[in-house]
Amino acid sequence: MKMLNPLNKRFWGGIVLALVVYAVIQILLTTGIFDDVTRSTLFLICINIMLAVSLNLINGVTGQFSIGHAGFMSVGAYVSAILTLNFDVPFVLALIIAGIVAALCGILIGIPTLRLNGDYLAIATLGFGEIIRIVMLNTEYVGGASGLSGIPNKATWTIMFLFTLITIVIITNFIRSTHGRACIAIRENEIAAEAMGINTTLYKVIAFSLGALFAGMAGGLSAHTFYVINPGSFNFLKSFEILVMVVLGGLGSTAGAVVGAVVLTVLFTVLQDFPELRMILYSGILILMMIFRPKGLLGSTGISLKKFAKKEATKNDSISSESAS
Amino acid sequence: MTASPAKVLLDVKGASRSFGGLKALSEVSLHINKGELIGLIGPNGAGKTTLFNLLTGVYPPSSGTIILNDQSVGGMKPYKINRMGAARTFQNIRLFTAMTVLDNVKIAYHQHAKHSMFTSMLRLPNHFKGEDVITRQAMEMLKIFNLADQAHEFAGNMSYGNQRRLEIARALAAGPKLLLLDEPAAGMNPNETRDLMNLIAWIRKEFDLTILLIEHDMSLVMGVCDRIYVLDRGMLIADGTPVEIRNNPKVIEAYLGQEA
Repeated sequence: MKMLNPLNKRFWGGIVLALVVYAVIQILLTTGIFDDVTRSTLFLICINIMLAVSLNLINGVTGQFSIGHAGFMSVGAYVSAILTLNFDVPFVLALIIAGIVAALCGILIGIPTLRLNGDYLAIATLGFGEIIRIVMLNTEYVGGASGLSGIPNKATWTIMFLFTLITIVIITNFIRSTHGRACIAIRENEIAAEAMGINTTLYKVIAFSLGALFAGMAGGLSAHTFYVINPGSFNFLKSFEILVMVVLGGLGSTAGAVVGAVVLTVLFTVLQDFPELRMILYSGILILMMIFRPKGLLGSTGISLKKFAKKEATKNDSISSESAS
Repeated sequence: MTASPAKVLLDVKGASRSFGGLKALSEVSLHINKGELIGLIGPNGAGKTTLFNLLTGVYPPSSGTIILNDQSVGGMKPYKINRMGAARTFQNIRLFTAMTVLDNVKIAYHQHAKHSMFTSMLRLPNHFKGEDVITRQAMEMLKIFNLADQAHEFAGNMSYGNQRRLEIARALAAGPKLLLLDEPAAGMNPNETRDLMNLIAWIRKEFDLTILLIEHDMSLVMGVCDRIYVLDRGMLIADGTPVEIRNNPKVIEAYLGQEA
């Protein structure tokens, strides 16, 4: 049966592993071994993983340099907060709607801007992020500069974990399919991809809106973890922070994005005890990283047993073909 | 010139293309019948690759019509033209270098994939079925080109000759009726060129292909082509059988210059 497909086996193996991680942390939280600070760091890690993994789909996999991710995050944060605050919409439903609205924004922004490339696209997406921020800043309904406060603290570990897991699984599944390969082909050589029958515009918009979808959900989770949102927390520095996580982990690698998000979030939290040195240390670590591992912590490929097996096979192949020739 | 319409696969009428003030192609008309192997030659800068780019939709013609398989394709997007049955290779190889050899070929099968994005995201049974079909087809294609043992190698790490072959394999995987080869033998030694020509002759029969070939190697073009079109400075200056082309004074002039 198809269920015995090795790929499927690995998939379910991963799910089991994830459940174990979930259970252990759940126990640590309920028994009080993890205090509130650890808890909020943990939540922040989850949010940043969602952001980094979704941005990696756009920047690393499809090769479209976007730095407007905080814009999609803020759309999700505001939409979900208003839904739970003013309309008593159930939290999970609010998150899903927030994601969908952010994805629609992604499509709307993507269609005109994705015909640009490189630096031009980066500037256009940066502009989009700022426009969203300014709109929020000047809209009384969403609280203007002071933002929204008193957002119900509905984010639980279960929901947090579930959404993070869904983000990783769906994006990984997407990348490891013919549709994800189409995105990688666009990154590798757009002209050749289009000449081979790939609708490049369509796939760029798909990657863009899929990334926006999960960024929106992450924004919603963030709003319901930290009670308060204001336009200032979604400025372009936030976009850069996410970008740094992706680049640090290794552009194009989902596992790298996860590692990058975890490392940077922990680093940032730990360094909060040294306020004078924080930014210096933070920047210093980034510079050292880029000197010694310019391709990111995990390089451009993910950790996967299959890849290791492949590498071994290729090595043997090349050895045998060398000896043959 | 007036072949019955049913037999004509590609019909180009008065195609022109200018870049600013430069007229790269002017009023080029040619036709290719089903099953033919046509050569396209001309000195550097004659507009051969520009013509390929018009035929495959990289840019639209400034004027004129291009009819592929009874449908007008002038100005259509490249991916649509590819899906309608015209696949190409590039003069400067354009492989997906950081993808494996196998994945390079799989990309061309993408357009035939039956499983949707959502079945892939949720890993529904159709995803596995669809991916299996693509992998099997791609491996078979690699076997034809003797590249199967390098399937998991990165395309960028292959030898130059193999990269050229992979590009042809990838183009064939798209399932074209018309194959456009832009200098497939460039940079190859005589032995490799001969092998390549045998391969082209073989795939032409095996896949029931019509081929348009740009090539600089005269002996090669003269040896394999049914007919030859000659471009010079954006204009079609001659067409005919290899023997006719060899003795055409205009062609000799274009290549060797006018006698003083």
